[in-house]
Formats: sequence, C-alpha cells, structure tokens
Amino acid sequence: MATLMTERKRSALTQNRLPKYTPYVVAGAAIVVAAALMALVGFNVFAWALLSAILFAAGNVTSSAVVEGRRKAIDKLATSLVVGSFLVALLPLVSVIWTVLVNGIPGLLTPGFLGSSMNGVTGVQDNASVTNNTPVMGGVYHALVGSVLITLWATLISVPVGLLTSIYLVEYSAGNKFSKVITFLVDVMTGIPSIVAGLFATALFALIMGPGTKTGFVAAVALSVLMIPVVVRSSEEMLKIVPNELREASYALGVRKWRTILKIVIPTAISGIASGVTLAIARVIGETAPLLVTAGFASSINTNVFAGWMASLPTFIYTQIMTPTSPSNPDPSAQRAWAAALLLILLVMALNFGARLVARIFAPKTGR
Amino acid sequence: MSKRIDVSDLHVYYGDFLAVEDVNITLDAKSVTAFIGPSGCGKSTFLRTLNRMHEVIPGARVEGKVLLDGDNLYSDGVDPVTVRSQIGMVFQRPNPFPTMSIRDNVLAGVKLNSRRISKSDADALVESSLSSANLWNEVKDRLDKPGSGLSGGQQQRLCIARAIAVSPDVILMDEPCSALDPISTLAIEDLINELKDQYTVVIVTHNMQQAARVSDKTAFFNIAGTGKPGKLIEFAETATIFNNPGEKSTEDYVSGRFG
Ligand SMILES: Nc1ncnc2c1ncn2[C@@H]1O[C@H](COP(=O)(O)OP(=O)(O)O)[C@@H](O)[C@H]1O
Ligand SMILES: [Mg+2]
Repeated sequence: MATLMTERKRSALTQNRLPKYTPYVVAGAAIVVAAALMALVGFNVFAWALLSAILFAAGNVTSSAVVEGRRKAIDKLATSLVVGSFLVALLPLVSVIWTVLVNGIPGLLTPGFLGSSMNGVTGVQDNASVTNNTPVMGGVYHALVGSVLITLWATLISVPVGLLTSIYLVEYSAGNKFSKVITFLVDVMTGIPSIVAGLFATALFALIMGPGTKTGFVAAVALSVLMIPVVVRSSEEMLKIVPNELREASYALGVRKWRTILKIVIPTAISGIASGVTLAIARVIGETAPLLVTAGFASSINTNVFAGWMASLPTFIYTQIMTPTSPSNPDPSAQRAWAAALLLILLVMALNFGARLVARIFAPKTGR
Repeated sequence: MSKRIDVSDLHVYYGDFLAVEDVNITLDAKSVTAFIGPSGCGKSTFLRTLNRMHEVIPGARVEGKVLLDGDNLYSDGVDPVTVRSQIGMVFQRPNPFPTMSIRDNVLAGVKLNSRRISKSDADALVESSLSSANLWNEVKDRLDKPGSGLSGGQQQRLCIARAIAVSPDVILMDEPCSALDPISTLAIEDLINELKDQYTVVIVTHNMQQAARVSDKTAFFNIAGTGKPGKLIEFAETATIFNNPGEKSTEDYVSGRFG
C-alpha cells in the first residue's frame, strides 16, 4: 500500500550551507577590520573601501570553502572577480561624469551661456566678474553652432560615400580582389590617428584653395575621413545580415537588382544602418586635434562653413583651458570650459539615445 | 495564361562542378509536375534554372535550352528580369518581406517595379491574389499588419499570393510545405490543385504522398554518389511512377527501399 511520504527535516539532496545572513556579517566584519587597519596607517576613504572589498571577498570565499566545499568557494571567488572587474571598469566612467557634472553645472546654468558667444568678452570682463562677484560673461553658442554644422557636413559627406561603399562590397563585389583591397584600406583608415586626418584635409585644401585655408568645411572633410570607415563597417555588417532569401524573393518577382537593393535590402537594414551612423557622429563630434588644424578658432558666431574660421565645442574647451581669456583670472575660463565639456557629453549621450530610438523606429514591424 | 516548358540537353554547373547533367523534359501547360528524388540530387538546382534564378549565385551557369512556349530563356539578349516576371517562384522557407504589410507584400511585384497602379486596381489585385491563395478570409481584416505576424502556413500562402499577383505563366515551388504542419500542408495542396487551372505548376517535394496527391506527372531525379552530377532518371504520369515505374532505382525510391 502506498503511503504519503513526509518531507525529511534535513534533505539528503543538499549539502552543508552557510546561513543566508553570512555575507552581511562578513561585510560588516570586513568594514570594521579595514577601518581598524586604516587607523594604524592613516585614514583614507578610497583605500578603506578597497581594503573592505578585498577583505569581504576573501572572507566570503574562505568561509564558503570551510563550510560549503570547493565548488561553491570557487563559484564565490569567480563572482567576486567578475563583480570586482565590473566595478573597476565603472570607476573611471562614474568619476569622469561626476567631475564634469560638479564642475560644469554652474557654468551651464549661468544665464546666457547657451545663447551668447565669446564675441567682445575679454580679460576685462572676466576680471570684473571675479572682483565684483558677478556672473561669468560669454558663452558657447558659437562653438555649439560650429560643432553642429561641422558634424552635419561631415555626415552629409560620409553617409553617401560610406553607404555606397558598403553596398558595393556586400551586393556587387562578390568578394573580388578589388573589394578585398577596399576592405583592407577601410580597416587601415579605422586606425588613422585623428590628427593625421586633420593634416590630410589641411594639405588637400592647401592644394585646391591655397595654403592656410581654414573653414568649417575643411574640418568636415577631416572628420569625414574618420567617419567613413566607421559607416562602411557598420553598414556592411548590417547589409550582410539581411537574409539572402529576401533578395531572391524579390528577384523571383522580376524586380531588378538595384531596385531590390533600394526597396528591400536597405529598408530591411535601415535601423542598423541609421544607428551605426548616429554612433559614428557621436564618435567624431568630440574630436579636437583635426579641428584645431582645419577650422581654427573663433570667438564669434560663424554660420558659413565655406568661409572663415569656425569654433567648435572641443576647440572651445581647449582654448579656454590652455589660454584663459584673462591670464590673471583663469577661473571664468575654466568654468566655461567645464560647462562646454558637460554640454559635449550631454550631446554624445543624446546621440546615443537617438541611435536607440532610430533603431527602434526603423526596425521591421512585427506583431499581428 | 499558362505556358509549356521544353528543356533540352540542359547541363547545370556551379563553377566547374557539374550539378545536374543532361536533362530533357517537357512540362505541359496547365498541369502540375512534381520533382522527387534524394537530397542533393539537384532538384532545387534544376528548378532554379527554369526561371534563371540559378545564375544569381556567383559562378553558377547553364548549358542547353529551356523553351517557354518556344522562346529560349537562355538565348542572347534575353533579360532574366523578363523571364522571372513570367515564371514565378515560391521558396522552401516562407519569406514575406519583413518591412511590408500583408497588402504591400502582395503588391510587392507591382510596386517594386514602380508600375503605376490605381488604388482601386490595387485593392482588386490584393483581393483576387489573396483569394486565389485561399488566404483572403483569414487576413482581410488585417491587411495593414506586417506579413511576418502570420503563421508559417499563412506566410507561405502569402508568398504564393505575392507570386500570383504579378500574373506569371508558370509557378515554381521548391518544397513549399517542408516547413509547415500537416493542416497548412493540406491547405497548400488544395491550392495547388486549383492553381493548375490557370498556371503551369512545378513542385519539388520530399513527400511521396504529396507528389501522388497533387501532380499529374512526376520526374524522378537521382545521383550516383556525392560529387557526381544529378540526373533525370524517369519522367512519366504520376500513377505510372508510383505503381509501375520503368526503372529499378525509381521503384526502390518510391517504395522506400532506397540506398
Ligand atoms: N550554392 C551552391 N554552390 C555550390 N554547389 C551547390 C550550391 N547549391 C547546391 N549545390 C550542390 O548542387 C547539388 C544539388 O543540390 P540541390 O539542388 O540543392 O539538391 P536538392 O534540392 O535535390 O536537395 C549538391 O551537390 C549541392 O552540394
Ligand atoms: Mg532542395
């Protein structure tokens, strides 16, 4: 006769286990011991946190090794390493964002910072604002306009060139020698130091327009040298993952190849292509070196990329820090530089979010 | 409209590899012809030569003649695009265009070629194509939803509707049911039976019962071994192939005693 079996108190299926609260106890102990050790050599918050973390990991692993056995101890060790590396990787990022936020917010919130240029702002105004304790004059408007225009033109150049190149590579080349050469050159271009791109654009326009030509457009050409390989690479990957079945389905309907590419392949890949382009923009908008040698500096608004020097956010930061407007009172310049840095980071973040949004908007629709 | 296909001395290559050797066959108008044979014997390869889809693969080429009502598909100056708009194709895996709605999928052949079509003509074409594919009742309320939201069987019928919408003379189907469940398979088989009133239908299948159910004539392909070319072994009325085949290897294959 079958009887219902009652559950055993101590399951034979489990091994020794540490009580659930063990990590908290170990953590508490680690913090206290670390504090005690720190007291011996002199207190320091960073070293304290680091020591606590190491002691916590060591305590956790040892206690587990004693009670729970080898496998669980190794599991805990690996977990500690993974989490530890993650925190180490996160540290610089958080620290950078924190520093920029703390230093940048006052400047960014100063009235007129976003709306005015540096036109007419000299050491006199900066000295006055320090001595009278009035808000810092001058702003970033001209640099913001310059950055946006230069990047826009760089995008206008890079996207057609990059996209058409990737279309050639994926749809037409059939892996011939020429395409291998292009792929190799694109890979080399990905690694070009940005200053070299700047020098290339300078030299190119020195040949065409005469030496010393510095305009926003020259800068856009320099940036597009950096952008094109990124666009080619990301678009190429996106076009490659469009299933061949879709191309064949289109051919089988009697659709020509170029129409198939235009109406089937690109629309299917457009979400990936667009987010790749957005990320490429984010990548070049913070470039400094090529802009220094191609667009020069400017303190007033210039909306014509084809004539005259043009400011941009990175060069604005660079000049404000390296050559403060008022050499005797560099603080207003530093404040403007940090605020511009914050603005640049916000811009890049916005572009990254934009990339996700674009990917979502263009993604092939599913659902019933 | 429906046209017959006459194939003579056809050799099909992938680069230097001879995949299918010396096929001579006549596919009658308004009939269903089934291609059967073991995997790798070149059924798909041969089928794709019938609408010049074979040459889409780099290095792939063809020797011989394929006549569509007397016009050689492979003579000089024939545009493969023209050929393909007259000989449609349905693939093994349903492949509706993921970026398009059900309606746009049906209209794809027309719209992608940017032929002008009025809204009322388009509506009529969508309805008639989907009705011919026995799909109209199931999707008429959600024509603007994406085609990828349909079940596998519905997607395959959508692909058939898409092929019908360009009003071809011939429809080629490469194992159209192999990714489908038995109910959807039955729906497609019924559909094939209706399609032969208007079209020349050629179907590749691994399912012997299916060949017996849907086809008027059956062609048996075989291969001597890996790396050898596939060959057309026997072509006859379906009943003959299954009940009274002329070749020993055909009999072995259809009775399941293969290998
Ligand atoms: N794209 C291709 N490139 C080279 N060889 C191929 C390709 N597709 C098929 N083949 C070869 O052609 C032969 C016939 O293949 P296939 O027509 O797919 O057979 P089936 O459809 O009868 O299973 C096989 O030997 C296969 O390896
Ligand atoms: Mg096949």
